[in-house]
Amino acid sequence: MLSKTVAELATALANKDVSSVELTQAYLDRIAQLNPALNAYVTITSELALAQAAAADTARAAGQATPLTGIPIAHKDIFCTRDVLTTCGSRMLANFTSPYDACVVERLQAAGAVMLGKTNMDEFAMGSSNETSHFGPVHNPWDQARVPGGSSGGSAAAVAADLCAMATGTDTGGSIRQPASFCGITGLKPTYGRVSRWGMIAFASSLDQAGPLTKSAEDAALMMNAIAGADARDSTCLDIPAEDFTAQLNQPLTGLRIGLPREHFSGGLSAQVQEILQLAISKLESLGATFRDIELPNNHLSVPAYYVIAPAEASANLSRFDGARFGYRCENPVNLEDMYKRSRGEGFGDEVKRRIMVGTYALSAGYYDAYYKKAQKIRRLIKEDFDTAFRDVDLILGPTSPHTAFKLGEKNSDPVTMYLEDIYTIAVNLAGLPGMSLPAGMLGGLPIGMQLVGPALSESRLLNVAHQFQLHTDWHTQRPEV
Amino acid sequence: MTWETVIGLEVHVQLATKSKLFSGSSTHFGAAPNTQASLYDLAMPGTLPVMNEEVLRMAVSFGLAVDAEIGKRSVFDRKNYFYPDLPKGYQISQLDLPTVGRGTLKIQMDDGSEKVIGITRAHIEEDAGKSLHEDFQGMSGIDLNRAGTPLLEIVSDPDLRSAKEAVAYLKKLHSIILYLGISDGNMAQGSMRCDANVSIRKKGDTEFGTRTEIKNVNSFRFVEKAINYEVQRQTEILEDGGRIVQETRLYDSDKDETRSMRSKEVANDYRYFPEPDLLPVIIDDAFIEAVRATLPELPDARCQRFIKQYGLSEYDADVLTSSRDMAEYFEAVVALCGDAKLSANWVSADLLGLLNKQDLSINESPVSPESLGTLISRIKDNTISGKIAKTVFEALSEGETDVDAIIDARGLKQVTDTGAIEKLVDDVIAANPDQVAQYRGGKEAVFGFFVGQAMKLSKGKANPAQLNELLRKKLGA
Amino acid sequence: MALDNTDVEKIAHLARLQISDSDTLEVAQRITNILEMIDQMQDVDTSNVAPMAHPFDASQRLRPDVVTETDQRDYYQKIAPATQDGLYLVPKVIE
Repeated sequence: MLSKTVAELATALANKDVSSVELTQAYLDRIAQLNPALNAYVTITSELALAQAAAADTARAAGQATPLTGIPIAHKDIFCTRDVLTTCGSRMLANFTSPYDACVVERLQAAGAVMLGKTNMDEFAMGSSNETSHFGPVHNPWDQARVPGGSSGGSAAAVAADLCAMATGTDTGGSIRQPASFCGITGLKPTYGRVSRWGMIAFASSLDQAGPLTKSAEDAALMMNAIAGADARDSTCLDIPAEDFTAQLNQPLTGLRIGLPREHFSGGLSAQVQEILQLAISKLESLGATFRDIELPNNHLSVPAYYVIAPAEASANLSRFDGARFGYRCENPVNLEDMYKRSRGEGFGDEVKRRIMVGTYALSAGYYDAYYKKAQKIRRLIKEDFDTAFRDVDLILGPTSPHTAFKLGEKNSDPVTMYLEDIYTIAVNLAGLPGMSLPAGMLGGLPIGMQLVGPALSESRLLNVAHQFQLHTDWHTQRPEV
Repeated sequence: MTWETVIGLEVHVQLATKSKLFSGSSTHFGAAPNTQASLYDLAMPGTLPVMNEEVLRMAVSFGLAVDAEIGKRSVFDRKNYFYPDLPKGYQISQLDLPTVGRGTLKIQMDDGSEKVIGITRAHIEEDAGKSLHEDFQGMSGIDLNRAGTPLLEIVSDPDLRSAKEAVAYLKKLHSIILYLGISDGNMAQGSMRCDANVSIRKKGDTEFGTRTEIKNVNSFRFVEKAINYEVQRQTEILEDGGRIVQETRLYDSDKDETRSMRSKEVANDYRYFPEPDLLPVIIDDAFIEAVRATLPELPDARCQRFIKQYGLSEYDADVLTSSRDMAEYFEAVVALCGDAKLSANWVSADLLGLLNKQDLSINESPVSPESLGTLISRIKDNTISGKIAKTVFEALSEGETDVDAIIDARGLKQVTDTGAIEKLVDDVIAANPDQVAQYRGGKEAVFGFFVGQAMKLSKGKANPAQLNELLRKKLGA
Repeated sequence: MALDNTDVEKIAHLARLQISDSDTLEVAQRITNILEMIDQMQDVDTSNVAPMAHPFDASQRLRPDVVTETDQRDYYQKIAPATQDGLYLVPKVIE
């Protein structure tokens, strides 16, 4: 039962095969059993979950069920949850119970989803392995010596290990797609502005976007129906009419033109991953898609540009954590300066401090043009590469990550090595485009994902292709033995 | 050595919106601490700004009032620094693309001369909260009610050449802001705050000297005193062969001096960059024209109209249009009594004298425009004389309100009955035979004596014209 | 661009981060490595490219000037490190 998709669980709930309370309790039991080893959750909200489940059962009995009513969900701990700990993976917020709910949390609750708890993550979403969390790393359910990816590693591991039916994540440079790839699940980063950022603790405001981590593309579409849409509280949230993301799932792929970026199939990509992707390409061809090579000539500049823009925005976004109004304050500050410096010095981990300093440096007098402004210009070049490509193709396909999940500690020696993990995903954030990762094969007992990228607002098309692929493959149904 | 003073002013005006610049909190002054601080104002994680439309409208209306270029595309930036009254650790402001660009302001000096002062720009930004330094066991208390209140920072060119010009500029700015109704302009409450950049240079030099910035001077009088002090200080330093240090100084009104704020000098690097939580503000012509259509008549235009329509002198028109409230008071008086010149005299002399003495603003005037209008009407319809009117005005200034009741109760009504006046004249002639002889002997000057005596006898109530006429007739006989 | 200890101290001060003396050198080295990676950007001629701050060319939405917030002080201050009489307390601010 717990390995079922949201769509399957919705049917089971509708047929009264199971109640939401029973389902929720079953997930809570499994969490109690497995979370100590996986460390996917940092907070488990059992009582609240059972109360919400009971309410969902009542709503269903009253004929007021949506497709998500009674479905247990896990929220990445970057989303504010009223009166529930919201830590963002940081010591800074280890004691922070948010006074309000994020828009995404509100909307999923309104749709009837049941919150099981909050998932572990890289501190302030800064990381690609979940190892920067103040609460310790998450272990990949496929191999507990390996990382689940990051920064939404807890959410990805929880979905993969059947510790929830679905989860929320956020993606600033690959933080939904890369852990989805490492954990063998489906993850969608929507177009920038699709989903409100209200209540989502900001890392890099012009890049951050919330999205679903699920067991299938169909589930991702169901979650998108609940979370996407205009929100007057976020000025950058697109003011466009609601869309039914399930409507196009069953469109045939005939005539679909998919581009293969040369830059993604050379260099660091292993031959085995290439082979797996080639099989996926053949499958899609058999479903009617055609492929051609394209170029994204500035892709190699996406990591450098990102590591200016994201830290610069973060350096300001994280200034509010100053020990004055909420969160961590150091013991016995001797003066104001001391309160600031020690609260922040002790409250933030090394990677967060490093990025704040890189961002501060890039914005400081004399360096702004050479770093920040330059990065913004490169950002335009990268976006124009995609604009050009999408004149000839409908979608772009490539690897999500250069390889399968790596070992805990393997890439910790140098930050730059870790940063290059996101070489295929970061450009998508800089251009504000929708991208998703879905399981495409297995390598040495570990899942490997492929990435689909589309033009702005093409989520329905991405989900359509992913769903059609999943109808004809079973990679997404494979589960780790935990 | 002759020195020339160079002053540029940065004026922060709190815009009189109901809600804050980027949140739905009230901007009402004087609430209990932190009761008007929302999640956004407290910089809670995950909160985001959404811009208040009224702020844009007010900024554009100011821009139009000073003939400024309106930024069709304005962009907000983050100005980064740590301070407890700045909860986000950055202030949202506008650096390169402000909403209001270059404009001009015409100032009038006391000697009647005029000067045009350049306005560099006016940008929208958030106000900070307040730090209270009373002793909380050695701690400071932070109140964030004011945090996020919209400000318009108006920056002048360094065109001002004396403290007096600076004050004239400030007064004009104050007047325009009140005319537009975009701020209450209350300097004591901090709704209008002024920073002055002051430097001096040798007369004839084209390069500017090193300037100092005097922060937060909160009255017109203090602006003048602070600048004069600073000019004197700089002059003494330069004449002693010293150098001016570029720094921020604070004016201490108790000691009437400026002093260095060294604590703020620690290498500020504000690391401005475009605010990613907000999009560029795009203003189209339709928006600008809609704002233009709502602009009230501004001081300069009103002054010209007063000269033309009411035949006032330029001086009187200037005084009467110096504030919107004053101009409206005057026009209300004229509407009632129909005599612009008489109204101008009463408002600019008697009323302003009273207000100055009692340190009141025009809208705190104890004499309402209705009362003053009625009073002037009573002069015109000969119910009372101009001299008696002063007595009535005094009663009004002490809180009475009904002009006719005052006249009746104190029996101030002018005597116009010919018989009664004739009797007065007869009595005065009879009582002063010597003077009568002098007058009839050709000493015209004695006439005034008779007028005075008759008035005294009538307790000031005799109609002067009738009295004069009868006196001349009887004395001539 | 190689950073030295002085640079790190200056940046750490701007960002109000305490970095212990023993960590400064390592921090300097790691940030230097990051900056070297970033410096790949400098090889590209971008003189005719306009900077891009947002993914899309959209304009700011405006909200009506209406007070929508109510007093939640007691609730919001429950999570504050130190308050008194409704004020947030911090070490003395020296002007």
